[in-house]
Amino acid sequence: MADSNAAATGAYGTTGSYLNTPAGGGLKSWLTTVDHKKIGLMYGAAMFTFFLVGMSLGFLIRLELLQPGTQFISARTYNSVFTLHGVIMIFLFIVPGIPAILGNFILPLQLGADDVAMPRLNLMSWYVYMTGAVMALASLVTGGGVADTGWTFYAPYSLNTNTNVTLAVLAAFVLGFSSIMTGMNFITTIHRLRAPGMGFFRMPLFCWGLYATSWIQVIATPVVGITLLLVVMERTLGIGFFDPARGGDPILYQHLFWIYSHPVVYVMVLPAMGVISEILPAFSRRTIFGYKAIAISSMAIAVVGYLVWGHHMFTAGMSDTARWVFSLLTFFVAIPTGVKVFNWIATLYKGSIEIRVPLLYAVGWIFLFSIGGLTGLANGALATDIHLHDTAYIVGHFHYTMFGGAAIGMFAGLHYWWPKIWGRMYNEKVATVAWGVIMVGFNMTYFPMLILGLMGMPRRYQDYLPQFANMNMLSSIGSWILVTGLLTMLINLLRGARSGPPAGPNPWGATTLEWQTTSPPPLLNFATPPTVTTGPYDFTEILRQNNVEEGK
Amino acid sequence: MSTESAPAIDQAHGPLVHHADPESGKTGMWLFLFTELLLFGGLFLIYGVYRSMDEPAFHHAAQELNRFMGVTNTIVLLTSSLTMVMAVSALQRNQVKRSLGFLTGTLLLSATFLVIKFFEWSAKYHHGIFPGKEHLHELPWGEGLFFNLYFMMTGLHGVHVIIGMIVMTVVLFKIRSGALAADNHGMLEYTGLYWHLVDLIWIFLLPLFYLTT
Repeated sequence: MADSNAAATGAYGTTGSYLNTPAGGGLKSWLTTVDHKKIGLMYGAAMFTFFLVGMSLGFLIRLELLQPGTQFISARTYNSVFTLHGVIMIFLFIVPGIPAILGNFILPLQLGADDVAMPRLNLMSWYVYMTGAVMALASLVTGGGVADTGWTFYAPYSLNTNTNVTLAVLAAFVLGFSSIMTGMNFITTIHRLRAPGMGFFRMPLFCWGLYATSWIQVIATPVVGITLLLVVMERTLGIGFFDPARGGDPILYQHLFWIYSHPVVYVMVLPAMGVISEILPAFSRRTIFGYKAIAISSMAIAVVGYLVWGHHMFTAGMSDTARWVFSLLTFFVAIPTGVKVFNWIATLYKGSIEIRVPLLYAVGWIFLFSIGGLTGLANGALATDIHLHDTAYIVGHFHYTMFGGAAIGMFAGLHYWWPKIWGRMYNEKVATVAWGVIMVGFNMTYFPMLILGLMGMPRRYQDYLPQFANMNMLSSIGSWILVTGLLTMLINLLRGARSGPPAGPNPWGATTLEWQTTSPPPLLNFATPPTVTTGPYDFTEILRQNNVEEGK
Repeated sequence: MSTESAPAIDQAHGPLVHHADPESGKTGMWLFLFTELLLFGGLFLIYGVYRSMDEPAFHHAAQELNRFMGVTNTIVLLTSSLTMVMAVSALQRNQVKRSLGFLTGTLLLSATFLVIKFFEWSAKYHHGIFPGKEHLHELPWGEGLFFNLYFMMTGLHGVHVIIGMIVMTVVLFKIRSGALAADNHGMLEYTGLYWHLVDLIWIFLLPLFYLTT
């Protein structure tokens, strides 16, 4: 009914909501859709399911570590639990995370396009992702059970263990394919489908973040693809490239693995940095400070970040020259990152700041990521790394960057774009409380790990010495608070999507193109394709309207 | 209800009024080829590392390979790239029959490549030189790695040849049915790009394995 009205008022797909176009389609209309918005939500549904599984596993790890000695997980099972936690969180949640959910949904809207450049490939990438996910889960119950190698699958142990490494590794290979497809699609979309008048330097910064991310996905993923295939070949045919028993070099595996897996941490973080760059101008009502510097620093992080993989192997046996070169390059990454942080703070300076939920997440993100980044520099220094390598300090550090950086950035983006996605607003009070609980729980869970590592507690152990007991208990209690906050946040978002009050097209008074269409957008995104005449963060019009409303 | 509102639209795939951009497919294809290069790049890297560690063994082991067959295969594959180009340009000029002929020729040449490869591999297999066979493990360190690399790299290349042949067969039927034509030849062109990449990688494999002695 609503649809026939729509047909009367405008061409098909330019009015109404994408959620019920075509009308009454049911499940099939989702599973066969090529609409970038629905595909983004399908990714979201899958990923948050896996996130809940990964979160529960992390929760169990902390529960086991509540006190010294074995509580309820044996040492052997513990290896499988932290491997599964890592594989799920990394390969199924944060690597695809922001690009696949928010990137798919928002990128074409921000560019003023009606879809990504290759919509069918986009749907295919979702199916490939699901195939990889099913394979990862199948490795739970087949073969020798869950891999117990850690998510890095280091040789030679990964070549010899009786657990089902083969299937887990193939799952990661398939997931890599999905990642490559998304990356190719986004690069093409950004090159080909920008609205008339939108030059590269008039693109919103989220698009710049995704652009840098996509290049890393395209350049780095194939290398780990072939490396993981070779692990399978080692296990089945014994080709001996990485197996010291056959004269191979396990360090070579580490090199090839980190050639992908270090750049990929920027795949996780760069889009989050893009989200922050969107939120800050919107809530300080002024253009972003140093637009070009932020845009170019995203590309600089991608380029330099591709060349620092060796810092994972400072203690593994590399030449001194290699060690100091990798260390120096690692410090270089801090420069473009610092450029961003200072520009963000300068954006807030003298802005008319309105403290709403997305801004809280963005500011919290800057705080957490600064801790994550600065603790990273300590590992990047050669001398300190000898002490810190393979301790709980590393676990604390990368949770500050991966969880504090990538996942909190995604939560910031979800709170920012939620009203655009569903056309409904979540309960802001509950969201603010959830944010506070998450921030407290987060720091309580992970900060003690930094201290524990400095005290010398190794990572990946199910038991520990008595002197580490207090900090471990603090961390475990923190994890309960953190989980409470996360669940509150997710439930609040879901309730908002179902029954929140209508949000209107532009609830935040933001300036980028996605806010110029209705919420939720129509199938083809815009009633008339937009053209662009100014930069992305021009608030003149928004401020003029506000003045009119206030009667000035 | 869904059918009465918008009868002109493919309900299963949503409206295909999405403004199609023919350049996008080509950009995407070039990016894909780039990822293929990097996929092989990992193996080239391993080759480089181990060869620099034991150069004499690589030279010695390479003498085992049949240079005549390797060069013949190179000529076969290069010719198949030529016929591929001619198939594309024929379709662009709307010479459907010619295009089909050249494409069939490309398919036959790629099959020839695989047949020659099969004889090379099976000869090695009968000598016990094959990944997982005991004889290979008894070879000196560098030579064993050489042959394992040989099988991995030509094997991965062979998989690419097979994928290329499958795609070519699909394209062949699409041209015959008229789904691909002069004004819509993108898929054939992209298949051609892919095929040239397969060719290009072989051009690097030949000297690294057959001509290195």
